[in-house]
Amino acid sequence: MENAISHVSGRHPTTDPEDEFMNVPLGYIGDTPSQRLIPAQPIVRLEKVSKVFPGRDGQPVTALRETDLAVPQGSILGVIGRSGAGKSTLIRLVNGLEKPSSGKVIVDGADIAALPEAALRHARRSIGMIFQHFNLLSSRTAAQNIALPLEVAGFDKAEIRTRVEELLALVGLSDKRNRYPSELSGGQKQRVGIARALATKPKVLLSDEATSALDPETTRSILDLLARINDELGLTILLITHEMAVIRNIAREVAVIEGGRIVEQGDVFEVFTRPQHEVTRSFLADESGRALPPYVASRLRSEATPGSQAVIRIGFRGPHATDPVLARLARDLNIEANILSGSVDEIAGRPFGTLVVGVPETSVSTTLDFLKKHGLDTEVLGYVA
Amino acid sequence: MSPEMINLIAASTGETLYMVAVSALIATLFGLPLGVFLATSAKGELFAAPWINRVLGVIVNATRSTPFIILVVAIIPFTRLIAGTSIGTNAAIVPLTIAATPFIARLIEGAIREVDQGLIEAARAFGASPLQIVLKVLIPEALPGIVLGLTLAIVSLLGFSAMVGAVGGGGLGDLGIRYGYQRFMPEMMLAVVVVLIVLVQAVQSIGDRLARHLNKRIRHA
Repeated sequence: MENAISHVSGRHPTTDPEDEFMNVPLGYIGDTPSQRLIPAQPIVRLEKVSKVFPGRDGQPVTALRETDLAVPQGSILGVIGRSGAGKSTLIRLVNGLEKPSSGKVIVDGADIAALPEAALRHARRSIGMIFQHFNLLSSRTAAQNIALPLEVAGFDKAEIRTRVEELLALVGLSDKRNRYPSELSGGQKQRVGIARALATKPKVLLSDEATSALDPETTRSILDLLARINDELGLTILLITHEMAVIRNIAREVAVIEGGRIVEQGDVFEVFTRPQHEVTRSFLADESGRALPPYVASRLRSEATPGSQAVIRIGFRGPHATDPVLARLARDLNIEANILSGSVDEIAGRPFGTLVVGVPETSVSTTLDFLKKHGLDTEVLGYVA
Repeated sequence: MSPEMINLIAASTGETLYMVAVSALIATLFGLPLGVFLATSAKGELFAAPWINRVLGVIVNATRSTPFIILVVAIIPFTRLIAGTSIGTNAAIVPLTIAATPFIARLIEGAIREVDQGLIEAARAFGASPLQIVLKVLIPEALPGIVLGLTLAIVSLLGFSAMVGAVGGGGLGDLGIRYGYQRFMPEMMLAVVVVLIVLVQAVQSIGDRLARHLNKRIRHA
């Protein structure tokens, strides 16, 4: 079991000549800070991937259409979409739980869909996965659950014990090692799930709605743990979610998926402060502070009438977030803006302010010009009489 | 009750326990893999082999729908082949095993199918092979259900074992028929029934207790 030992220590490729797949190094790329500075290469790449399921009534269902996606090494990429948008299929393609109908899925240089079963099982050891409902064995304690992937991979008992202790400490559950899942809270169960996913030292972690069954506070602590793992271990994380808060708190890049297509993708701050697609806007509208107060929303019309007020949403990004722009609007142009709602949020660690104001419909164009000149994003939402 | 009668009852109880224990053991040996296979070989499952699954399913159902007493008679040539005789306790083990195997297989199939599909998905995701999934995930997770199923099977076997008494199988059923019925000894009949009731109660409560001990899904106080 010498082979297994060098596996656990993780830094060296194993050299068993009989098993060429063992030659794939399982240690983290980016063990030292300098390595992390190497320009990020995509570790997961989807190329024109489509997935068609045979439907129940003979009508085939297309879950994914010609999708391209690249997850840079060491990043946290979040895929957000409504249920049925195809995000579940997308994440399950990455570790080969589903096979693409066409296109390629490349993970760490290997074409996942083309691997034979045995090689695929081996490749999966370097792709961890966590689940919405944790999927822990009820018959095993926390420690035994974490040990399972290591047993399956053929590590010896002593190595398993050491590694399990490390992992329990990493997720902060050393004192719960002998508890069964039924004796743990949801957050603790997900921590066990994370430890289990990290057991074989994967390079990529797939998160399938990992916080959707948790309350907001527990969600926050699980996301903090994932962010820490990403930072300390250099682990690439690909997560899918339907919750904006997850993306905003942890992701660096976001892909918005709808109808089996990725409709928008890029830096989280860019995408969410300047959404291009309707679906992205609708996710943002769900967020508190972005929605119009009901008394405005109910009176909103799309056409201006004489004497009505235009409702304008102003987005303040980064350096402009603190500009006293409404004061200047009043002083320089003598336009008095009426504040209807507002909030300051943090997206991907950067402040982002939203202000909804009403101005007389006669001064709409002057106001818009003025705001744009000051580098602010604007959107006319409608008019109220 | 005379000492002779007590000796008779003790000897017959021993025969019954022997028949049930041996046939339950052999039937589990065959029924467990059969049940696991039935539970994992439908279309799209771990060992997908839909045709074999269907054929086995038909055989299992056919065996289960044959009345036990007819099965005992029908397989006499086979019993003679295996046990060397068609009369006696050892001979009775053959039809008991053949009747119990498909029953146990169905019970184990049911217990395995109760295991959350998410666990199979998780195991596949961390690189477990189908055999590892069966041995390390499905059977341990289904164990409380499997134990309850085996308990039910053993209780049924106690009933069946009384029936083989009718064809010279020995055991408590034989005793009840020969002494209680044919020699008009109602106290012997009563004693046989009481012993069977005690055996069934004992088997059931041991099985329940073991299953409860193995079930970690429920929080124990």
